[in-house]
Formats: sequence, C-alpha cells, structure tokens
Amino acid sequence: MSKFDEASHYRQEDLLKIDWRPPKTPWMKTPVDFRPGTYIYPGKAKNLKVLDLPNPRDWSVEDQDWKLPEDWKKRVLDGMADRLSKYRSFKVFMDTCVRCGACADKCHFFLGSGDPKNMPVLRAELLRAVYRKDFTALGKIFGELAGARELTTDVIKEWFYYFYQCTECRRCSVFCPYGIDTAEITMMGRELLGLLGIYVNWVIEPVANCYRFGNHLAIQPHGFVDTLEFMADDIEDVTGIRVDIPINRKGAEILFVTPSGDLVADPGIYTCMGYLLLFHELGLDYTWSTYASDGGNFGLFTSAEAMKRLNAKIYAEAKRLKVKWILGGECGHMWRVIHQYMDTLNGPADFLEVPRSPITGTVFKHARSTKMIHLMEFVADLIRHNKLKLDKSRNDHLRVTFHDSCNPSRAMGIFEEPRYVIRSVCNHFYEMPDNTIREQTFCCGGGAGLGTDENMEMRLRGGLPRGSALRHVQEKYGVNMMAAMCAIDRATLVTVADYWAPGVKITGITELVANAMVFTGEKRRTRNLRGEPIPGMELEESETTTVEQGAAIHG
Amino acid sequence: MNVLVALGAAVGVFAAGMAGGALGLGWLFGVVIPGLALLVFLGGLAVKVWDWVSTPVPFRIPTTCGQQTSLDWIKPNKLENPHTGIQALGRMALEVLCFRSLLRNTKAEMVQGRRLAYRTSLGLWLGAMLMHWSLLVILIRHLRLMTNPVPAFVSFLEAADGFLEIGLPAVFVTTVTFLAGVTYLLARRFTNPQVRYISLAGDYFPLFLLLGIGLSGVWMRHFGKVDIAAIKELMLSLFHFSPAVPEGISPVFYGHLFLASVLLAYIPFSKIAHMAGIFLSPTRNLANNNRAVRHVNPWDYPVKVHTYEEYEEELRDKMVAAGLPVEKPLEKE
Repeated sequence: MSKFDEASHYRQEDLLKIDWRPPKTPWMKTPVDFRPGTYIYPGKAKNLKVLDLPNPRDWSVEDQDWKLPEDWKKRVLDGMADRLSKYRSFKVFMDTCVRCGACADKCHFFLGSGDPKNMPVLRAELLRAVYRKDFTALGKIFGELAGARELTTDVIKEWFYYFYQCTECRRCSVFCPYGIDTAEITMMGRELLGLLGIYVNWVIEPVANCYRFGNHLAIQPHGFVDTLEFMADDIEDVTGIRVDIPINRKGAEILFVTPSGDLVADPGIYTCMGYLLLFHELGLDYTWSTYASDGGNFGLFTSAEAMKRLNAKIYAEAKRLKVKWILGGECGHMWRVIHQYMDTLNGPADFLEVPRSPITGTVFKHARSTKMIHLMEFVADLIRHNKLKLDKSRNDHLRVTFHDSCNPSRAMGIFEEPRYVIRSVCNHFYEMPDNTIREQTFCCGGGAGLGTDENMEMRLRGGLPRGSALRHVQEKYGVNMMAAMCAIDRATLVTVADYWAPGVKITGITELVANAMVFTGEKRRTRNLRGEPIPGMELEESETTTVEQGAAIHG
Repeated sequence: MNVLVALGAAVGVFAAGMAGGALGLGWLFGVVIPGLALLVFLGGLAVKVWDWVSTPVPFRIPTTCGQQTSLDWIKPNKLENPHTGIQALGRMALEVLCFRSLLRNTKAEMVQGRRLAYRTSLGLWLGAMLMHWSLLVILIRHLRLMTNPVPAFVSFLEAADGFLEIGLPAVFVTTVTFLAGVTYLLARRFTNPQVRYISLAGDYFPLFLLLGIGLSGVWMRHFGKVDIAAIKELMLSLFHFSPAVPEGISPVFYGHLFLASVLLAYIPFSKIAHMAGIFLSPTRNLANNNRAVRHVNPWDYPVKVHTYEEYEEELRDKMVAAGLPVEKPLEKE
C-alpha cells in the first residue's frame, strides 16, 4: 500500500475529477482541509535558530495550538503596515484589484485542484480582506459587506495553507489587466507568517544550510570536491577525457555558480557533467566556489532579508577570488534573484568587469551592471560564432520539447537563447501548445519550496497543466525528452512526467549540448553522459570484432 | 445578498436624487452635492495617488512577456519586454489604451476528461473596451452642456457618434455600446460561477450606478424629452462659479446627477481607483534592464551574513584535507 507521499498513491481518474465550480459556502466561511499530501511540514526550531528567526519551536500543522507568540496579532498587523509603507507593489495590488477573474483559471493549482482559494484573486483576497478591515475607510465602516475580515488564528492557518500552495510562478500576472503579481502577494504573506515563526521546513532548512555551508544541501567542501571528482570519473568513462575541476581558485577569470541541485539529483548531475565538459573543451579560465556553492536561493521563498543574506555570498566570493565576471548555470528561481534582485540587494559590483566571452570576444552589455550572464546566453553566443564542434545526430534518438521555466520566462524573458541552443544540438525539436510555453508557460508544480514529497497530491495536481501539454506532444510527435533549464524542474518534473506523461524523460540543456559536442581527444562516443548506449552510434562491424576479441581475451 | 445590497443602494441613490428634484431641493442636488463630489473625487484621488507614489519601489520587478534584450542577433520584444523607459511607456500605452493583458485571456477546458485545453476568450476584453471607451466618449460629449460656445472637437465627436442617424434625436453609437458593455460585465458577474463567487457588493455597486446613469440619460434624451436648455443653464452657471438653479428641470435629471456624484465621490475609496493605479503597477511600468542599470532600494539595510572567514574557520580542516586552498593555514598541533 503506497502512502500519501508517493505518486502511486493517487489514481489519475480521481485527480482528474476536478470541479472548477465553487462550493455553496462563501470562501470566508469555508474552513481549510489540512489533509496529508496537500501541505508541507513546519520549519524545525534548529533551522530557525541558525538564522536567528523569531519564535523557534517544534510544532505540527495538525496541532490545534500552533504556539504563536503572545502578541501575534499585533506583530502581523504591524508587519503589514510596515510592508505597505515599503512596497508600492503591495499597496497598489491591495487597492486596484477589480475581481474581474481573468486570473482565475490561469493558476496551475486552481486548474488541478478546483479549490477556489487557489484562484490568484482569492489568494490575494486572503490578505486583502484583512487589509480592508484594518487599513481602509470602507472596510472599517462596512465590515464584512465591504469584504473585510477579522484577523484570527484560523486566518493565519489559512494563509499558511494557501501561501504555501503558490509557487510564485507569476503566470497570473501576465493575464491581470493591472499586472497584479501573486508572487508578490505570496512573498508578503510568507514574510508575515515568518514574523510568527511559521515556515515550512522544505524551505527553511535549505536556507539554514545555505547560510552555513554555502548551499541548500549542506554539502561541505570536501563533499563538494568528491562529488565533482566522481562526475569527472563518469565523464572519463564515457568520453575518455579527464576534465580538470578548479575549485576556490584565486585569480580565475570567471566564477561559475549553479544550483546545488545539479550536484546530486538525477538528471541534474548529467547537466553538471555537461558544464564540466564544456568548460574543459573551451579551456575556460574559471573556478567553482564551495562558499558560494549555490546560485539557488530559497531566501526568495522566505523573505527579502533572507534572500539578501544568502545572495551576499556570490559577490563576496567573486571579490575574494578576484574574478572578472560571473557565469550562472541552468536554474530558474536563481535567475530571478540574479536578474531582478542581486544588484539591488548586494551591488554595486564595481569591482568586476563587464562580462566578455574569452572565446568569441562578445561583450555582454545587457549585463554591464550585474556582471553576471546566463550560461545559455554564453553558449548561444559560442554556437553562433561556430566555436563548438557539434554532431547533432548523436541526439537523433531524442524527440525533444522545451519547458520554459517560470522565473527565466516571466522575470527575465530568456526565450530564444535556449531554443537556439537546443535546435543547434538536436534535429528533432517540438514545441508544446502556445498557451503553455514562453510567457504563458506552466509551473512544474513544485517551485517556491513546494517540491517535497509530503506535498505530493498538490504537486501532481499543480503539475497537471504541464503534464497535460507534455502528454499532448508525446502523443502527437512522439516526444520522449523534455529539456528544462531549472534545477527544481529537473527534480520535480521527473515525477510530473512519470505520472502524467509516462515515458518522457527530463534533461538540462547543457546535457544535450555535451552529448552533441565533439571533444578534442575524445574516444569513440557510443554512450551518452547517462552511460546509456546511443542508438545508431553502436560500434561498426570491424570495431565490434575487435571488441569481441578483446572481450574474449579478457573473458 | 451582495447583489441585493448593491442594487438597493444604487436604486436608493437614484430615488433620493429624484425625490430631491421633485421636492425642489435643486440647490442641494444640483449644486452642493455635485460640487462636494467633485472635491472629494479630486482630493481623494490626489491623496490616494500621493500615497502610492510616495511608497518606494524597492525592487525592479517587471513581468516579462516577450524576449529579453541580450545578444545583438536575437530580436527583443520591445513592447512586451521593454528594455528602456520609452519602451516601457509603449507597453503602458498598450495596457491603458488597448487592455493588452485582457487580450491574452483564455478559458481552460477539460477535453475528454483528461486533457486541458485553452480557448481564446475575448468577451471580458470586449465588454471592458466597450464600457471604458464609450464612457470616455460620452463624458466628452457631455462637455456640450458645460461650454458655450461648444468646442469644435465636441461637436465633431457628437456628429461622428450619431452617424447612424437613427431616431430623433439621433441615437449615439456609444449609448448603445456603453449599455451593452455594462450589461455584459454585470451579466458576467451573475453567470460565471467563479466570478460570482469572488464578487463583493463593491463590485456590483459601481456597475449598477453606471447602468442607472446610462438608463436615466437615455430616458432624458429619447423619452422624457427634458428641458435641455435649463439643464445647460444650470451646468454653465456651475462652471462659472455663480450657481443658479432654473425652474422646470426634470427630477430624473437630479436622479442622474446624484448617481454620477455618488460614483465620483466613491472612486478614490474603492476599486475604481484602478484608473490611477494601473499607471503605478511595478510589474508593468518598469523597464526590464535589471542587469544593465542598477536599481536602488531606498530602504536597503545591512543584514547579518555568514562571512567567508566564518565559513573557513568552521571548515578549514576539511578544506585542507580535501586539497582546497585556504586563507589561513591550519594551526600546527
């Protein structure tokens, strides 16, 4: 018997019985149903302590008493007033919503669950109702009639449930006529909960780890070295090339930063092997860092302050190692932080130089202030200048589609670079339907710290729109591989694809690139980075004979 | 319940205005209240906008809906992903004038019980465009009642608006489109189950006000044949700051004017403030040039970080054992 934290526990026909019609009871009078599989375990006291966060304690969601501080209500309302005076976004978004409902069926969690409070408009109303009650004239006078609501502990519980049922993907904000961004709402909601010591462990433990050890997974320096060395062994096995792995090397030209998910999780590790091979082949003067060993930043899912505390390491390390500029790997939310926040939080990076490709001489003027570019910008430029020797046919057994990750899409707009790279290394590329890609892309269902197994039901539900579009191209074009330039995608989409479109595998783009690259001094490539035989690249007859003879001798 | 409260309030407003007119309270409903309403509108909206404008924008967070500006040979989408202030202005113009985002609207459907599909759904966009643009034209047309001589552009607009030349006086196209737009938006609130579920009294109320204003206006022009000269005399006197209330103005006019006054005064305190708020939305009005031009957070403050020195201090022996360079050598035992 499978448990609620396993995908096999859920039958597709049950999850597909979705009723988008709201219930009879008004939303303010519909209590939260905390059923296992739909919420995330609370943050443990030890992690809050590492970060000096308020009210560290061990508690459980099912408990009646969440052990809130005595003055919890004052803390929340003061916190709300404080944020209303600091964020124009928050204030304008509280005031301008007309409840037109254009956002309603744009949220993957609403589409997959039918729960009306997963409509972005109602998620925001959870805060807005309290805002009206305590901060607006009409709300103070007319109360409930004006949509105002008293702040109670039940409201706090509801906030916890629904602000951790939003992946901050910003799809709703594309469709909103006022650009109201639920990510912004959720971030405020989570900050307010944080004032009471309410976090989820899946977010706050990575934050604590990253604070102390430089990465979310608490990989210590020696573990970091070992991990990359193991990868180098596997690379050598497949390609015959021994790559060197510069770590914490002062004076390198480039600091390379990528999400730590690339180091441990299948299939992210193959993308990481791709990085190593690519940089080796280019002879890039670069270094990894163990102190800044994660570009990912779960602080983004915690508070602006936590985000700043974790992000500070990147510039600090770039300065210590005296590099010229920074290159960032394939990650989603990391790139939201790098692109939209880093320079503001921890800049100016006046000790660095404007990124310039040592291979092509291209100066990346669009990153002249932040001094950090995306690997796909770097690689697209290389391919454009014919600096990579590619044998596309090595990827001919793959029929590839591309999943635009939320943050690089809607907080950056990097659409063509990855497509150009994929098309350059794969002969068979197919787009998913228009309403599910680019700025309209659907979340994997596990972003913003929701990708944990105890949240399995919501992950599968939230993953339905993506899974459904994937299934469509699988049936129509025989797609068997989905590329994604996001470490969370590479972790969570595996589950989503296995469930909604079984047979489709997940890959990073650099893995595809490295599999197509012809390296100097490589041995005959018969296996890809996963160690799987490449169809059509089997040894020819004469070689087979040699191998058989060899095998016979060894046998 | 929310609908009834809103409808009751709007009907009450109209009835109060009518009653005021019938009881000879022309000064109150024709001069004092409209004047106060205008003050509340201007003052309230100014306070509201100042409140927004004086709140900082700590981070530059545009929602990007097209290709970024990066490599020279990749064509950026300047309107959906602006890289400069001018381009962001273009994006705002599209949003304010054409309701660009609503033009993207889709409706999700479950096909054969297992596949999600998304159909283009332009009803909301059309209804909103009809209502807002017609309202603008109607407001400009009303300048005829407040100016002497009537400016040429008003007469021109009026002529264009009445080009169908149906009925006497001619039916304006915008009269029809305005009422159609408002009716659609109301009907949508009633019939779309999700929208009905989220609708507050404050969502129905302004629609009922607009509907009441529109219907009473139609009645005055096409059915009641009210004394338009007297109305113009009143309006002109108001705008010359020497109010005089002529006799013989239909009570319906006072109902019409009171509805408009209430709507005007309601704007700054309600969701209708979106008419100003849309210009200040940080996901729409900022250029996505984050990596090229640094954005400064005015309330930025130093935070506690875990420095490299602290990191190395804790892990130095492991770093040395793994062959990693360190800043301070291991202490000899």
